[in-house]
Amino acid sequence: MTSASASLPPLKVVIAKPGLDGHDRGAKVVARALRDSGMEVVYTGIYQSPESILRAVVQEDADVLGLSSLSGAHLEYARDLCALLKENDRQDVLFVVGGTIPPEDAETLKGYGVHEVFGPGTPTAELVEYISSNARQARLA
Amino acid sequence: MEPMNEDDKRWDERVEAWKSGRVAADYERIPPRRSEYTTMSGAPVKDIYTHADVRHLDPAEDIGLPGEYPYTRGVHATMYRGRPWTIRQVAGFGQAEDTNNRYKYLLKTGQTGLSTDFDLPTLLGYDSDHEVYRREVGRIGVAVDTVVDMHALFDGIPLDEISTSMTINPSAAVVLAMYRVVADERGIPGQVLTGTTQNDILKEYIAQNEFIFPPLPSVQLVVDTMEYGADVMPRFNPLNVCGYHIRDAGATAVEEVGLTLSNALCYLEHAVERGIDVDRLAPRVSFFWDVHNNFFEEAAKLRAARRLWARLMRERLGAKDPRSWLMRAHCQTAGVSLTAQQPYNNVARTAIQAMAAILGGTQSLHTNSLDEALSIPSESAIKIAVRTQAIILHETGVADIVDPLAGSYYVESLTSQIEQDALELIERIDAMGGMIEAVQSGYAVQLISDSAWEQQVKVESNDTITVGVNDYVDENETQDIEIDRPLPGVMERQMDRLAEVKRSREDRQVSATLRAIEKAAPDLHHNLMPLIEDAVRARATVGEICDVLRGVWGHHQPSTVF
Repeated sequence: MTSASASLPPLKVVIAKPGLDGHDRGAKVVARALRDSGMEVVYTGIYQSPESILRAVVQEDADVLGLSSLSGAHLEYARDLCALLKENDRQDVLFVVGGTIPPEDAETLKGYGVHEVFGPGTPTAELVEYISSNARQARLA
Repeated sequence: MEPMNEDDKRWDERVEAWKSGRVAADYERIPPRRSEYTTMSGAPVKDIYTHADVRHLDPAEDIGLPGEYPYTRGVHATMYRGRPWTIRQVAGFGQAEDTNNRYKYLLKTGQTGLSTDFDLPTLLGYDSDHEVYRREVGRIGVAVDTVVDMHALFDGIPLDEISTSMTINPSAAVVLAMYRVVADERGIPGQVLTGTTQNDILKEYIAQNEFIFPPLPSVQLVVDTMEYGADVMPRFNPLNVCGYHIRDAGATAVEEVGLTLSNALCYLEHAVERGIDVDRLAPRVSFFWDVHNNFFEEAAKLRAARRLWARLMRERLGAKDPRSWLMRAHCQTAGVSLTAQQPYNNVARTAIQAMAAILGGTQSLHTNSLDEALSIPSESAIKIAVRTQAIILHETGVADIVDPLAGSYYVESLTSQIEQDALELIERIDAMGGMIEAVQSGYAVQLISDSAWEQQVKVESNDTITVGVNDYVDENETQDIEIDRPLPGVMERQMDRLAEVKRSREDRQVSATLRAIEKAAPDLHHNLMPLIEDAVRARATVGEICDVLRGVWGHHQPSTVF
């Protein structure tokens, strides 16, 4: 971390599971790794709708949204969330998606406005590094 | 333990001398590859095992013969020399017709039993026209709203000859009734139906996360299905107690056995409390294990689980029918072991895991496909997975001897250790007041999350090597495998079909059957299955039936602990 960011409060991250997908091993491991790196992490639990995820982001005033999907419905949920973030003027939120995402879908997701996509086997250190370097860019700018 | 005799003492001295002499000298030249060797459960693994490590075992009492108590060596006397294990690949996607076609393909490819994955709305008790969840219709399983879909799913499949396993949990009671009604409406008697509904709700709260109602009414509903099964489809297994999801969520092998058997005991002890004879239900309880990478630990785990279950059933529950002591099991290779990186390596992983399942004595087996870290499998990937089982059966010779690992100093020692450690976990859960308590307190969820985290830390510190992920990495790897894509238009077609069923059914009859369920549900000892069967016959939907029960029993809140 740079000395400039050291004076700021810790990054706030919402880790969310959309829809009916219950596979939350990855979401919980990521939540723990981010917390251990000094970020403040809220895990929504499973069964969230795009609306309830947006609510969590707004209420927590989150810097980062991490969406975890292993049910194949990542495109629909991420598209809806990008639209909701825009409608609510929260495009400053760093939006990352993880899970079983076929590589070609990663490009589609970025087209919707997702900032980065992390597939299976990503080291958590890589996530921490990415989020630390890219979060708050829009807010600070 | 027996006091040591002179021979034992002499042997132990010889082993000690060998260790401090030959072994120490060799390590001086070539140090051990690792500072410590352990199983995936963290138990230390020694340099060698000798007969000293199995002295505590009584060969007749503890190991015995295949097909005899305590079944360490297998549930059948002849195992695969007679009938091979059932090759059972799970499949489900799109509408019922799509999955029905896949079944026919699999049966042609050499599969010998069916297994169904339902889509998330069906699994969670919602209909395909649900406002939010309809986008998941037919996505990772087949969409079933009413018994009309179940008819299409099994169209042309001889239900009197083929056994069907159904991965369905909180809404299992409805799907079980549907299976029975489909057979009945086709003129097939319940007595000949074979198969399984997973129906293991307790592992949902702690691992797979598909639940609707709170634990107590859910467990009582499972008891209802077991009693119903014994009455109307006595060769069918209404309950399949699962270690698979517990393991894939992060538990160790020992925790998988301990938590799974605690769950199984919880259902049966609730049945006994309701005055049901344990020997009426227990013979139809089956199990489902995850077979991971540590070869000997996995084979030993299956042997240990069989022995521990037999002893618990006989000694703790007082079951008298030997069929109640038997742990019949399905195994699946570990989905969580598959990597998205260098996906063809998954073929090797799966083959080795499958071999451990066979040497451990499984009754049926699902081998994962190489592309499953990225999507549900393509047909070409499934074919390799199915053929892997045929290669093990016909080309390796491992299936020609019953329990060939028996008597291995290491495997027998490990079998005992897993049995003992799993029993300790079961006793810890008993001391908390049982599994429902361990669910509600969050103990079981935390146990599994902690183990998952420990494994992650080991991979990230390179203490555990995963080939292609943290070693042997291909720089600039490109993905060259075929990825299964969701079928277009499934949601719309399924919504149309549901609307058509709703138009053509007798609404008054549907309402009357739903009201009957609502009225009976508050009494948790009232068996709801005959009423659910009536509703299914009237073409009530999965969502309608589950909504009635949600209204009476409420929801179980998802955990936000990590």
